[in-house]
Amino acid sequence: MSDTVLRIEKLTLDLPSGADRAHAVHDLSFTLARGEVLCVVGESGSGKSMTASALMGLLPGAVKIGGGRAIFGGRGVLVLPEAERRALRGAKIGMIFQEPMTALNPLMRIGDQISEVFEAHGLLTPAERRARALALIEEVGLPDPEKIIRAYPFQLSGGQRQRAMIAMALALEPEILIADEPTTALDVTTQAQILDLIAEIRQRHGMAVMFITHDFGVVAEIADRVIVMRHDEIVETGPASEVLAAPRHDYTRRLLDAIPSNAVPRPERVAAPPALEIRNLRKTYRTGGGWGRAAREVRAIDDVSLTIARGEVLGLVGESGSGKSTLGRAVVRLVDPDSGQILVGGDDMAALNADALRRARRRVQMVFQDPYASLNPRARILRSISEGPVAQGVPKRDAEARARELLEVVGLGADAADRYPHEFSGGQRQRIGIARALAMDPDLIIADEAVSALDVSIQAQVLDLLRDLRARLGLSLLFITHDLRVAAQLCDRIAVMQKGRLVEIGPVDEVFLRPRDPYTRSLLDAVPGASWADGGSPARAEAI
Amino acid sequence: MSDFWSRFSRNRGAILGLVLLATVIIVALIAPLLFPKGPWQMVQRPFLTPFATEGLPLGTDTLGRDVAAGLAYGARVSLLVGLVSTLVALAIGVPLGAVAGYYGGWVDEAAMRFTEFFQTIPNFALAIVLVAILEPTLTSITLAIAIVSWPPVARLVRAEVLSLSKREFVDAAQLAGLSNRRILLGQILPNAMSPIIVMASLMVATAILLESSLAFLGLGDPNIMSWGYMIGAARTVIRSAWWLSFFPGLAIVITVLALNLIGEGLNDAMNPHLNRKGRA
Amino acid sequence: MAIATTVLGRLIKAAITLLAIVVLNFLLIHAAPGDPAAVMAGEAGAADEIFIAQLRERFGLDQPLYVQLWNYVGNIIQFDLGYSYRQGAPVFDLIMERLPATLLLTLTAFGISLLFGVAMGVAASARVGRAGDSIITGIALLFYATPLYWAALMAVLVFSVWLGWLPGFGYETVGGGFTGLSRALDILKHLILPATTLGLFFMAVYTRMTRASMLEVAQMDFVKTARAKGLPDRVIRRRHILRNALLPVVTLAGLQAGQLVGGAVLTETVFAWPGIGRLMFESLQARDYNTLLGVFLISAAMVILFNIVTDLVYRLIDPRIGATR
Repeated sequence: MSDTVLRIEKLTLDLPSGADRAHAVHDLSFTLARGEVLCVVGESGSGKSMTASALMGLLPGAVKIGGGRAIFGGRGVLVLPEAERRALRGAKIGMIFQEPMTALNPLMRIGDQISEVFEAHGLLTPAERRARALALIEEVGLPDPEKIIRAYPFQLSGGQRQRAMIAMALALEPEILIADEPTTALDVTTQAQILDLIAEIRQRHGMAVMFITHDFGVVAEIADRVIVMRHDEIVETGPASEVLAAPRHDYTRRLLDAIPSNAVPRPERVAAPPALEIRNLRKTYRTGGGWGRAAREVRAIDDVSLTIARGEVLGLVGESGSGKSTLGRAVVRLVDPDSGQILVGGDDMAALNADALRRARRRVQMVFQDPYASLNPRARILRSISEGPVAQGVPKRDAEARARELLEVVGLGADAADRYPHEFSGGQRQRIGIARALAMDPDLIIADEAVSALDVSIQAQVLDLLRDLRARLGLSLLFITHDLRVAAQLCDRIAVMQKGRLVEIGPVDEVFLRPRDPYTRSLLDAVPGASWADGGSPARAEAI
Repeated sequence: MSDFWSRFSRNRGAILGLVLLATVIIVALIAPLLFPKGPWQMVQRPFLTPFATEGLPLGTDTLGRDVAAGLAYGARVSLLVGLVSTLVALAIGVPLGAVAGYYGGWVDEAAMRFTEFFQTIPNFALAIVLVAILEPTLTSITLAIAIVSWPPVARLVRAEVLSLSKREFVDAAQLAGLSNRRILLGQILPNAMSPIIVMASLMVATAILLESSLAFLGLGDPNIMSWGYMIGAARTVIRSAWWLSFFPGLAIVITVLALNLIGEGLNDAMNPHLNRKGRA
Repeated sequence: MAIATTVLGRLIKAAITLLAIVVLNFLLIHAAPGDPAAVMAGEAGAADEIFIAQLRERFGLDQPLYVQLWNYVGNIIQFDLGYSYRQGAPVFDLIMERLPATLLLTLTAFGISLLFGVAMGVAASARVGRAGDSIITGIALLFYATPLYWAALMAVLVFSVWLGWLPGFGYETVGGGFTGLSRALDILKHLILPATTLGLFFMAVYTRMTRASMLEVAQMDFVKTARAKGLPDRVIRRRHILRNALLPVVTLAGLQAGQLVGGAVLTETVFAWPGIGRLMFESLQARDYNTLLGVFLISAAMVILFNIVTDLVYRLIDPRIGATR
C-alpha cells in the first residue's frame, strides 16, 4: 500500500463533558490507499461516523478535536483554515449519508442540487453544469435523466435518491469518497444495487472509498480492508478476507458469531392443531380521490392464506411495502381487514365486534419494532406489564407478582419492575416488551421486526431469548422481518410476501436452499455477503 | 421532579420571570391591606405627578384617584381573568383536540372544521363583538377571551394525540384489551401534558393582553379597576399626564413578560428534544 | 389546472365559512339584550312605542326567526349590511369608505413586521448563544409582551409630543392642501407611527418563529449534504436553510392576519386613523350594533381572502403541496 491518499495519526475526538464517555475516538490511526475500499465496522456509538465528520470538517460544535493529525495531499487537513477545508469538501473528498430520504433539500430540483457542487467551487458555466449534471445522472443509473434533472426529491424513491446523492459526491471526481452507512435505510435488493454502483464507480474513477457500516455482510460484499472499532478505538484491522475468515480479536469474533448465518438449521416439524389460521385475507388502502380524481389503491394484503401450528415459529419476510407488517397487524385487528378470516382457537378475530374483540385480544400479543416507542415513557415497567392482565380481570396482586416473575424469565430481574423505561437500553426494553406479551398468556406472539432496531450483538441475545422461551414455553410465533439471515436462524417455516401477495411458503431449508419463486431467489441473491456466509470467500473483494 | 427543577433553574430568564410574577401575585393578594380605601376613591387633587407627594408615589389620575392603588387592584383582575379564561379555554380545547386526534375520521374532520372556523374569525374583533353584545362584565370578558383562545389548544392537543397514538405503546395497550377511554386518559394524555402546560402559561399572558385591550376600548367591567381601563381613561391626557398611561402599561409589560419567560423556562425544562437526542 | 381546482376549492370553503359567520352575526344580534327594534330606535334617538312597532314591521322582526335569518342572509348577499342611524348612512358604504385606510395600514404593518421579523430571526439564528442573539431575542420578548395600544401611545408621546418628528394623529394633514406626490409623502409621514407600532408585536412573533425554524432546519440532514458539497455558509443559509425555514413562518403569517385586523382597532383608535377599526370603536361607543357587526363581517372576509393568498404563496414555495396527490 504505497499509494496512500489519507493517513490518520493518533486522532482523538473529545466529547462534551456529561456524555457517557470522554472520547468519540481515541488515538485512532489508519491509512487509506488509492482505489481501495476500506470498511470501518462497529456497533452504534463506536465513533465511526464521528471520524468521518472530522475528516470532512463537519463535526457538531460540541465535539472537539483533542489531538492527532489527518494527512491528505501532503497537508494536515484538520488544522487547515475553514476556507481551505471548504475547498476540499465536495472537490477532493465527497460524502454520502445514511438517510437518502432526508439528505436532499426538499425544495430544490435534483439537477440544481447537483449543479450546485460545481457552483460551490466556482467551476463551469450554468449550461456546462447542467450538461455535467445530466451526464452524472446517467452515470449513476437513474432512469430518464431529462426528467430526473427537473424532479424534486419527493418524486424519487429511496434508492433513486441515494443514486442522486452519489451523483453529487462524484461530480468533481474526488480522491476519497466517504460513505456513511449509505445502504442501511434501503431494502435489500436496492442495497445490493447501490453496493454494485459504488464498487463500479470506485473501479472506474479509481477513488478511495471509506465505507462505514455495522453490517459484516456488507463488508464481505465490498471491502478490500476492514477496520473494526469498539467504543473509541480500533480493535482489529486487516484485509477483508483475513478478518472475515480468521478474526483475531475476541470482539470481532463475537460480532461475526452474532451474525445470523445462512447455515440453515433443520426445522422442527410440528404437527399440532393450528394456533392461527388465516383464510383469504384481503386489505386494500385507498388514498387520494375526491374532486374527480381517481383514488390510488394499494393492495397491502392480497388474498393471503396461511396457518401456524402450535409451537411453530413462522418467519414472514419481505421488503418494505410488501404488506408483511400489515398482515401482522391485521391478525391482532390493529388493522381491520376488508375480507377473509383470522381463526385463533376457533374464533374468527376478523368477525368480532369491539367488546368481544377486547376480550379475545389476550390470545394474540405483539412484540414491537421500536424499543423506544413501545413502552409508555410515563409508566413504571410494572404497570406496563400488569395493566393488560388486570384489564382482563386478573387480581392486581397476582398480575404484579406474575410481572416480576416474567421479568426474571426474560433475564432482567424482578427489581426492574419499579423503574421507568428511560432507565433501560434498547435490548432491555425489547425484553420488557416480550415479558409484557407473555403476561397475557397468549396462544400466539407476533414479533414485528422485533430485533431490527438493535445492534448485532444485542440482536443475537434477544434471538437467543426467543429460542429459549420457545423451547421452554412452547411458544407459537409469527416472526416478521426484512432480514433473511435473522429469519433463517429462528424459524421453522418461511413465508415470503411481495406486494401484498404470499409468493412462497415452506420449510426454512427448502425456501432458502431451493427457492421456487423467482422473487425469493432475487431476495436471497441480494443478501449482502451471502456467498461468504455460506462458507465461501468474499467473491467481489477477491476479484479486485 | 428535582430533575425538572434543576433544568428550569438553569434558565436565568425563567427565574427572573418567576420572581416578577410572584411579586405581582403578592401585590394583588395584599392590595386591600396596602390600599384599604380601594382604587376608586378620590384621595387628593387630580394630576399630581409621581414621586412628588408623600404617600402617593405614582401620583393621582384625572379624578384624583391614587394611581398606585389602581395598579395594585388592577393586578387582581388581570391575573384572575388570565387564569380563569385559560382554564376555560383548556376545558374546551383539550377534550376537543384529544377526541379529534384519537378517533380520527369524521369526528376529526368535524372538530377540525369547527376549530378552523374559529381560527379564521379575527379573534380580537370577535372578542370585542362578544363583550359588547353580552355587556361587559367579568364573566362575559372571561368567556369571550376563552372563546377566542381555545382553537390553538385544540390543534396542539390533536397533533400531540395523533402522534402519540401512532406509538407502539398505544398499540400494546389496545392489545391488552384496555378501553379507548382508558387508553386516551391513562396512556396518551399524560404524555401530552408538557406541551399543554407550556402553552397554557403563554396563554395566560395572551389573555392578560386581551383583557387589557378590551378594557382600553372601554369594554371592561365598570365595577372593577383594571390596567387597560386606566390607560384608556388617560389616553386623552397623554400630552399633559404621561405617567397615567405609562405605569399601568409597564405593569402589563412586566406581568406578561414574566409569564412568557416562565413559559420558555418550562419549555426548556420539559423539552422532549433533549431526551430524543439521547437516542441517536 | 391544479392551481385552478385549489382556488375553486378554497373559494367554496371560504363561501361556507362566510355564511357561517353571517349566521353567527345574526345570532349575536339576537343575543343582544333587548329587542333589536328598541335598540335601533335608541340609535335613531327615538323611543316611542309606535316607532318601535313600525321598525319591527319594516325589518321583519315580527316574523319567525328562520324567515328573519333567510332575509338577513339575502340582504348580505346583496351587500346590504343594514343602516347606521348614528352615522346616517348604510353600513356597507361606511365601511367601503374607510376600508382603504385600513388596508394601507395593515398591509404596511404586515410588510414591516414580516421583513424585519424574518431579518432579525435570521440574524439571531446566525449568532445563536452569543450576545447578538441575546439582544435580538430580548427585544423580541419585550415587544411580544407589550400591549399594542400602549406601544402606540408611548410612540406618540416620544416621537410626536416630545420630539415632534412625526405626526401622531390622523391620516393626513387636515387643511394641508397637498396634492399628488406631496400628499403621498404627507400620508406616508402619518403612516409611519401607526404601521410601526401595529407591526411591533407581529415582528416579535416572526422573529421568534424564524429563529426557531432556522435553528431546527439547520440540524437537518440536507444541510449537512450542502456543507459536504463545499458550499459557503452564507449560500447554505440563504438557499438551503432559509427557504425551508420560511415555510412555517408563512403558515403562521397567514394565521396571524386575523389578529392584525383586530390590532388595527386599537392602533386606529390611538392614532385617530380613519379606518374600519376606528369605525368599530366609534360604533362601540355609540352602541351601533349594525355597524359593529358589519365591520366584524368585513374584517372576517378580509382574513379569509388573505388566507387564500397565503395558501397560494405556500404552493409557490413548496413543490410538494398539490403535486403529491
